Amino acid sequence: MKYTDPDIKELHKKAKQIRRLIVQMLVKAGSGHPGGSLSATDLITVLFFHEMKINPQNPADPDRDRFHMSKGHCCPLWYAVLSEAGYFPKEKLWTLRKMGSMLQGHPDRRTPGVEVASGSLGQGLSVSVGMGLAMKIDQKNSRIYCLMGDGEVQEGNIWEAAMAASHYKLDNLCAILDSNKFQIDGKIQDVMNLEPLEDKWKAFGWHVITIDGHDIKQILSAYDEARSIKGKPSIIIAHTIKGKGVSFMENVVDFHGKVPSKEQEIQALDELE
Amino acid sequence: MAEMLFQRDVYGKALVELGKENKDIVVVDADLSSSTKTNLFSKEFPGRFFNFGVAEQNMMATSAGLASCGKIVFASTFAMFATGRAWEQVRNSISYNNFNVKIIATHAGITVGPDGASHQAIEDIALMRVIPNMHIIVPCDGPQTREAVLAAAKTPGPFYIRLGRTKVPTIENKSEFRLGKAQILREGMDVTIIACGIMVSEALIAAENLEKKGINVRVVNMHTIRPLDSDMILECARITKGIVVCEEHSNIGGLASSVDEVTAENYPITVKRVNIKGRFGQSGEPAELLQEYKLTSEEIEKSVLSIVS
Repeated sequence: MKYTDPDIKELHKKAKQIRRLIVQMLVKAGSGHPGGSLSATDLITVLFFHEMKINPQNPADPDRDRFHMSKGHCCPLWYAVLSEAGYFPKEKLWTLRKMGSMLQGHPDRRTPGVEVASGSLGQGLSVSVGMGLAMKIDQKNSRIYCLMGDGEVQEGNIWEAAMAASHYKLDNLCAILDSNKFQIDGKIQDVMNLEPLEDKWKAFGWHVITIDGHDIKQILSAYDEARSIKGKPSIIIAHTIKGKGVSFMENVVDFHGKVPSKEQEIQALDELE
Repeated sequence: MAEMLFQRDVYGKALVELGKENKDIVVVDADLSSSTKTNLFSKEFPGRFFNFGVAEQNMMATSAGLASCGKIVFASTFAMFATGRAWEQVRNSISYNNFNVKIIATHAGITVGPDGASHQAIEDIALMRVIPNMHIIVPCDGPQTREAVLAAAKTPGPFYIRLGRTKVPTIENKSEFRLGKAQILREGMDVTIIACGIMVSEALIAAENLEKKGINVRVVNMHTIRPLDSDMILECARITKGIVVCEEHSNIGGLASSVDEVTAENYPITVKRVNIKGRFGQSGEPAELLQEYKLTSEEIEKSVLSIVS
């Protein structure tokens, strides 16, 4: 399927807006996770504004596709996308992490559009397998999309889910691995090496698609390809840059869980003009 | 001679009964379906049964995903693995979301027998009790197992139901099963015995023997650990001289601790315990293990006598 330029320009604009919201949200909250939210922005922008069947006015629409953010700490991205898509008013974004907010520090069902809480890494792929199985039982065509982090796939639970997805031939499941090469204690390759990552997923019976996670055309093609695969689940391994879009955050390990200062916010928003 | 039943056989049959009535019932297991008897359901409804192999964490988190789509999930494995290995998935994916996942674990307690310590779950009630939203039932016999499973199916929210491995005698003349309402099995004004699971029948034997010594005990079957029947506990505290709590479980965090929590704050009274004190299990036959770990009617009698003398 070919994409005309206007689609791509619109998606670029949308992704930039999402990045702005992420930065503003986090500065307002005073804590949270910018690096991994920014690295996955293009992937999830395309997902919500092109790929997925969603119904923001009726989040319980029985024919909806489902998205689950297994790397729950990157919820600023999810919240920004949900508000842009119309699930709730933009003003709510400034209540992130505040007591009583419907936008908790890690996602839960208080937030319209969040179906299962996440945050404790490694459980979300299993949750997504459960959703996929439910769709198969009910003979529905809905697709399940699950975003994971690369640090997260060090969790054993992920590989249990990977086995199960393949065993049960969940071709309605599309995982997205935001491979930004960093975790909290440093580079993935130094803390706990994951390579050969593609080979591992292939060995577990998944169809693997590898892309530049910031190239909108490649992202669009990847979702297309995943949808065409029958009899096995798909994973899009997206090579990304942690902190992408804000120069002083890119590939800086500290911005995993540290928010920019007010001065840094000005510079960040300037870059995201 | 009382009818002797395997609780898991009753469970397996109850699942099939439920599966026929409600197409939203889904059953999952972790390679133990021939032991837990979920295989009865899998034979009848293969499209609604999923075996996840030896991967309990995945099983529990996947159950959450199924429940998020409107399924009522019955998840089974041994108690050690359901509540131990997968504890965090149960906490964060199931209970925190308040999902309809009913964890029916078998092979709880030391009466698991020859398999030994690694498989003898003596802390599972404690592990589930500390998780908010989790209902907990410890049925005393075969028929009560069916009642518990049916209650779990029709009550919203997460459930943990603890079943043993051995055949258990059916307790006669129980009042109607109601979730959260303890059953008085025998009246008495001297001391109360509050028991759950296999210790209920031991409590009744102790009560018979004590009566011959002129001591009349009230025997209460506290099958539901959450929601706890605090009213019953306080009534017993008020009208009898003390309470002996009996469970096939650690002294820490189970039924005895639950009773303590109610009495200490509201009506301080002597609460003695017949349960497992600070030890792991070990290999042995169920009857000899119950002797070794002092989970017997004789120990219950001793505890009652220590209150009245």
